[in-house]
Amino acid sequence: MSISETEVKFRPTFGWLIYDTITVAKRHILKITRVPETLFFALIQPVIFVLLFAFVFGGAINLGDSGGAGAYREYLIPGIFAQTVIFAVASITVGITEDANRGIMDRFRSLPMRPGAVLGGHTLASLFQNILVIIILSITGLFVGWRIRSSVVDALLGYLLLATFAYAMTWFGAWIGLHMPSPEVAGTAGFAWVFPLTFASNVFTPIATMPTWLQPIALWNPVSCLALACRKLFGNPIPFPGNSFPERYAVPMAFAYALILLAIFAPLAVRAFKTRNIGGLKA
Amino acid sequence: MTLAIEVSGLEKSFGEVQALRGIDFTVEQGTVLGLLGPNGSGKTTIVRILATLLKSDAGTAKVGGIDVSSSPDQVRTMIGLTGQYAAVDEYLTGRENLQLFGQLFHLSKKQAAQRADELLARFGLSDAGDRGIKGYSGGMRRRLDLAASLIGRPSVLFLDEPTTGLDPRSRLGMWEVIDSLVAQGTTVLLTTQYLEEADQLASRSVVLDHGTVIAQGTSDELKSQVGGDRVEVVVETPSQLSQAKGVLASIASGEININETEHRVIVPTSGGSRAVVEVVRLLDDAQIAIADIALRRPTLDDVFLSLTGRSAEDEPSVTPPSKQRSRRGARA
Repeated sequence: MSISETEVKFRPTFGWLIYDTITVAKRHILKITRVPETLFFALIQPVIFVLLFAFVFGGAINLGDSGGAGAYREYLIPGIFAQTVIFAVASITVGITEDANRGIMDRFRSLPMRPGAVLGGHTLASLFQNILVIIILSITGLFVGWRIRSSVVDALLGYLLLATFAYAMTWFGAWIGLHMPSPEVAGTAGFAWVFPLTFASNVFTPIATMPTWLQPIALWNPVSCLALACRKLFGNPIPFPGNSFPERYAVPMAFAYALILLAIFAPLAVRAFKTRNIGGLKA
Repeated sequence: MTLAIEVSGLEKSFGEVQALRGIDFTVEQGTVLGLLGPNGSGKTTIVRILATLLKSDAGTAKVGGIDVSSSPDQVRTMIGLTGQYAAVDEYLTGRENLQLFGQLFHLSKKQAAQRADELLARFGLSDAGDRGIKGYSGGMRRRLDLAASLIGRPSVLFLDEPTTGLDPRSRLGMWEVIDSLVAQGTTVLLTTQYLEEADQLASRSVVLDHGTVIAQGTSDELKSQVGGDRVEVVVETPSQLSQAKGVLASIASGEININETEHRVIVPTSGGSRAVVEVVRLLDDAQIAIADIALRRPTLDDVFLSLTGRSAEDEPSVTPPSKQRSRRGARA
């Protein structure tokens, strides 16, 4: 009993890559609708940060000449967008590790599908989830006083930047996930580095108020670039404006950071997927 | 004779741990080969290499005459894999799972749906097909997992410990399904720690220990290595043990052993069940009362014991490589 030629159409074409990617993405999107808690928990953290900083810490943060509490909230929201996009890494890291540990990755890898499609589909679904989160956060932002004060083109460019960055981060997360021994480890060690990265940045406080040794680090931190680029593109306050390279070229630099991440980690993740003894690592 | 699986000189190391040290075996088309051995003996590693999940360090492995490392894509169209875990998506229904894997096998949407229906019916899951996997029992999950591996009508099926963790009833159900697949011409490579399972399903077995093949053959061939059947008699009066031994010497095919504590006489025989009748008659004539009598056939466990000096169900003995293996958590 062998497979009849008419039934299974195996061709190593780009068309199959797209088809398989969409099939896998649908699986993950279906999962978001089945377990809406996923979306809820992806939202709860940024929303708490918005409320905490807008109403609790915000008053104590020095924005220089840029003004009072209202200005801080406008300053904060693009920072929260940036932080959320960086955190996009978390859910895919855990998701990939779960699939590997449950043997689903093995099943995918033993099918005559395109290898890039498993990660391609997962990251695509993750992008979809992140776009949803950013939309809901934007609405939350409007409620606390955030406004887009730039042109439509700039604003759209801002959202495009966030989506690009989120997509790059999901590939980074996929790569990390493929190297984690278990979902438990992935849930903690997998993205512990995210916290220092987002706090040593201009997400919540202007860099000018930080100690001088930290300032250059924070200035070149990709998260700062992303947040500053968003503030520029959405026309939000930029306190203590400087003239350094990352400040002047925040928008192209943020795009560049995202594309470099993507160019490095997408091939690395696909390679790890093909060659690593995924799932064979478990007990 | 067509060979469905050919493995020769297969080697694989994980770091310093040599999981496979030169494995050779073949499987004829339409038969079941049991890969037998304790944890860490290399069973899963062999399956992972044959299923294109892992590259070997040396040697060749062919499925359906096609080399797994040079043409993995072609091999993938011929194989089905059921691992130790039910590799199905928790958040989807049974039907959605089968359709997903069908589509990834590049069946058309309509074909994938049709195939999902067929398989659900065949595995007694039609009623549960539209329920989420979360509510499935362990046995149902395994059946769905097996169904998923049959989506592409594989000619070669890899079953890695397909009944581990199942209750006896589900295990019997699994055995029936596997039997029916083989009856239809599927070649099956089955790994198991349950010697009884290999005995039941496999036409031939390969016994592994520490990454080497220590024996292979049919169940009967393996069993003949530890001698044939034995009649075991428990006598009512312990003082008659040696008398029984003397009486039975005439029909024994080898040396008779006596277990003093259990009042048991163990008589090797080649006479099968007729030997039991003979034993009863001889003991009755000698007026030796029998408390219990049984014809015992050697199990594969006996085989393993006689080949390695330890039981297959024991944890690997305290040699450094296996200790290291379990610490690393690698499932070799």
